[in-house]
Amino acid sequence: MSAAKIPLLRVEHLTMRFGGLVAVNDVSFDAWPGEITAIIGPNGAGKTTVFNCIAGFYRPSVGRLTLTNGEQQFLLERMYGNDIAGKARVARTFQNIRLFPKMTVLENLIVAQHNKLMRASGYTLLGLFGWKGYRKAEAEAVDRARYWLDRTNLLSVADEQAGSLPYGGQRRLEIARAMCTEPVLLCLDEPAAGLNPRESAELNGLLRFIRDHHNCGVLLIEHDMSVVMQISDHIIVLDYGKKIADGSPEEIRNDPAVIRAYLGEPETSEAGAA
Amino acid sequence: MTFAQRLRDAGLAALVAAVLALPLLGFETIDTGGPLGIRARFHWIAYAAVSVFIGRLALLAFFDWWRLRQGRPEPLQSNAPARKDILTRIGSQADKYLMPALIAFAIALPMMPFADRTVVDLATVVLIYVMLGWGLNIVVGLAGLLDLGYVAFYAVGAYTYALLSLNFGFGFWEALPLAGLFAATFGIILGFPVLRLRGDYLAIVTLGFGEIIRVVLLNWTDVTRGSNGITGIQRPSFFGFPFTSSPEDGQTAFHELFGLEYSSIHRIIFLYYVILVLALITNLFTMRIRKLPIGRAWEALREDEIACKALGINPTNTKLTAFAIGAMFGGFAGSFFATRQGFISPESFSFIESAVILAIVVLGGMGSQAGIVLAAAFLTLLPELAREFSLFRMLAFGAAMVLIMIWRPQGLLAHREPTLRLSTQPSSSGGGKP
Amino acid sequence: MINGVTLGAVYALIAIGYTMVYGIIGMINFAHGEIYMIGAFIAVISFAVLGVVGITWVPLALLIVLIVSMLLTGLYGWTVERIAYRPLRGSFRLAPLISAIGMSIFLQNYVQIAQGARIKPLQPMVRGGIELMKGETFTVTLSYLQIIIIVVTVLLMAGFSWLIAATPLGRAQRACEQDRIMAALLGVNTDRTISLTFVLGAMLAAVAGLMTTLYYGVVDFYIGFLAGLKAFTAAVLGGIGSLPGAMLGGMLIGLIEAFWAAYFSSEYKDVAAFSILVIVLIFRPTGLLGRPEVEKV
Repeated sequence: MSAAKIPLLRVEHLTMRFGGLVAVNDVSFDAWPGEITAIIGPNGAGKTTVFNCIAGFYRPSVGRLTLTNGEQQFLLERMYGNDIAGKARVARTFQNIRLFPKMTVLENLIVAQHNKLMRASGYTLLGLFGWKGYRKAEAEAVDRARYWLDRTNLLSVADEQAGSLPYGGQRRLEIARAMCTEPVLLCLDEPAAGLNPRESAELNGLLRFIRDHHNCGVLLIEHDMSVVMQISDHIIVLDYGKKIADGSPEEIRNDPAVIRAYLGEPETSEAGAA
Repeated sequence: MTFAQRLRDAGLAALVAAVLALPLLGFETIDTGGPLGIRARFHWIAYAAVSVFIGRLALLAFFDWWRLRQGRPEPLQSNAPARKDILTRIGSQADKYLMPALIAFAIALPMMPFADRTVVDLATVVLIYVMLGWGLNIVVGLAGLLDLGYVAFYAVGAYTYALLSLNFGFGFWEALPLAGLFAATFGIILGFPVLRLRGDYLAIVTLGFGEIIRVVLLNWTDVTRGSNGITGIQRPSFFGFPFTSSPEDGQTAFHELFGLEYSSIHRIIFLYYVILVLALITNLFTMRIRKLPIGRAWEALREDEIACKALGINPTNTKLTAFAIGAMFGGFAGSFFATRQGFISPESFSFIESAVILAIVVLGGMGSQAGIVLAAAFLTLLPELAREFSLFRMLAFGAAMVLIMIWRPQGLLAHREPTLRLSTQPSSSGGGKP
Repeated sequence: MINGVTLGAVYALIAIGYTMVYGIIGMINFAHGEIYMIGAFIAVISFAVLGVVGITWVPLALLIVLIVSMLLTGLYGWTVERIAYRPLRGSFRLAPLISAIGMSIFLQNYVQIAQGARIKPLQPMVRGGIELMKGETFTVTLSYLQIIIIVVTVLLMAGFSWLIAATPLGRAQRACEQDRIMAALLGVNTDRTISLTFVLGAMLAAVAGLMTTLYYGVVDFYIGFLAGLKAFTAAVLGGIGSLPGAMLGGMLIGLIEAFWAAYFSSEYKDVAAFSILVIVLIFRPTGLLGRPEVEKV
């Protein structure tokens, strides 16, 4: 494994309490650049909570989240959500899709490049007078959007309202929008939920493409085992807020603790035999 | 619905109306000096009941007829989009055809034969509301922030100019940017603590802020002269040439400059053009800023704040700019109002004004610039036209607001034009890896 | 202090109407202040009619007026909902708000036309009071009227809390508040529940109207606006959607106003109430007793 490298994201002793409920309890793991790391676990295992801590929507009760991007290091647990996305370049999608439904598909992707375009428009002032530099930046933004529309098979619907897309299209658009922020870490919250087998296979292709061609680490929550096992380089299993396993797909498949968590306690006590 | 059913329904409605009318219409209170006297006037109840009965009957009949018409099988080969109703179609074309037509009409208006003093005056009032509507549209229509105290910024603008002119002798043109700036500052001061609140809380805080400003204006008599208001605000000049019949020494009056006969209508027409230009600047600004990142971020925030955060957009700052810019245009409009009236008092800035401006934005169809013009014209002209029935005009005004909303909940000309289209964007190198 | 509690009781009663409607359909019922004003007018007119008919024994008259104004105002509340809000259910957020503002303007002018713009005076009916304290320079008296107002308010609120907590109607209402579509799927008649919410809110507003009429002895068609505004502030202060919050908020606003008017200046008492609201909202964005919302993403 890439032990010599520095992990892209290092999660140490992450704990999140809501009142008396401990949703995530002392979870530590690493995610590596250029790898797809999957977090799996039964419902209520705390997967989305881990995500929300990484993306800054929750402030963790305990723990340290370090993101390393080349020379730069960010301590995510101390940053606001929008800075995590804007400065540390962590992008995410949502379990229940959150697009800008009344804006067009293309506009969704342009909004994703907000911070860059803001700078280019001289914080609005220069842009207001049609400054040339801004027009160039906008054309570049459109190009990037077009590139990702092409990758996600959405070119033909670029000028439609995002809310009018079919479900699978909305899922893909959300990923395209996240990629338009040029992230170093892409967090996907159940991207395959509600997709049919064909769409799911396409998604696998897309995620592999992102990993291989954009040097972007992918962190993935997924229930669909066909997706997880096929594309993940590294799997973390959570159960009741605790990490119970961590390893390659092959190792996870044969891990007795994982089998127990998914299939329940076997009647015989010697569960490890499987 | 059968006729008997309709009859029964209408009868029920009439009964309700009669009961409702019993206390408030059926009895008339009279002052007798001592205890309150009372006089019955039951015939009013009968009027109310009968009119509701007939109205309800007609409405039901109309609904049935309408349903019948809608339900008729459509001719084959009819393409569905063509069946959009007429207003929606107008809405989608508004930016292209309606707006230029409206602007052309507005520019030509003072030269029309029927344009006498009253008409131009009225048109000026309409334009003030158009400008306020466009200003508020930035806050409500684009950024989706419900502001119920917009009139506060209008008041700040008006008082800024009035006080500057009174105490420091500022002219309209010097004070205008300051008034806008000052209103925007107020917007930021107010917005900073409260913009983190969710929609409806924001509404009540802005509403409260509007009231606070009014109360302060009313009570801070040393500066604002309280309910007496400020009189003698300097009228605007034509870039230094005053509109007076007999200018002071060393000054040239407007009519002398152009060798015209002095006429008081010159100033009215001039004021009309000033507000027209101000309003058009507001419009131009809005159209432009929609296509800039900040404008798109406003709309994105309206749609989904959490998604915006995940894309690295700072929601508080973005909302604050919308709030401040909306306030600035309110301030401009306010200082124009002050210079036009020559007199302002806190009475002009009551909550009802905020409500009317908000109604203009919503009735027009959120975000539709042309819709706002129509709604502003409608809501300002309706009370004017109904002036003869002065007693009933506000009644009709309220009823009209309710009815339009029920008829078209999305507003008159609801339509959102995308800020850019892929099909019209030049394709560069051909989609290589960015 | 006692003035504040009395005023607070009135605000609390109106605030409940706001908070219930907001809780159930998420809209600010702007016409609610006018409903309160109508309640006050109906009370005044009923008193006058009773005077003509010859019922002058105060407790009986009070009871009759209370019932009459509650019923009729409730009917007004129902009609307003039926005409101005029900057709707009399911459309976007601002549409019912504008409709409500229109309704508010309409009702205000309707009463003005029907009854004239002049202030309507009412002879004081309940006189006297108890002296609680007698200092050297001041006396603290508690009038019977204030006692009545506070007692009635407390009784109504207790009854109301029971209604929400323990009856089928209350259950249906809480269900609609949580998830209207699901409630409808489970067989709750949501339209009727919402209507009833409006009726109940209007009835409480009518009681508030009656009591202010007795307390101040005057009504005019304009009282609804400011009272509505204050009551709404109270509802937000307490945490909108929460019944105890509305009661607490109403009391607080009443107290703040009374104290401010007593110790500082009566001109700025409205400002004081709003300023407190803003400060509270900055530190507790969901109001004093509002459920803190966890953003679910």
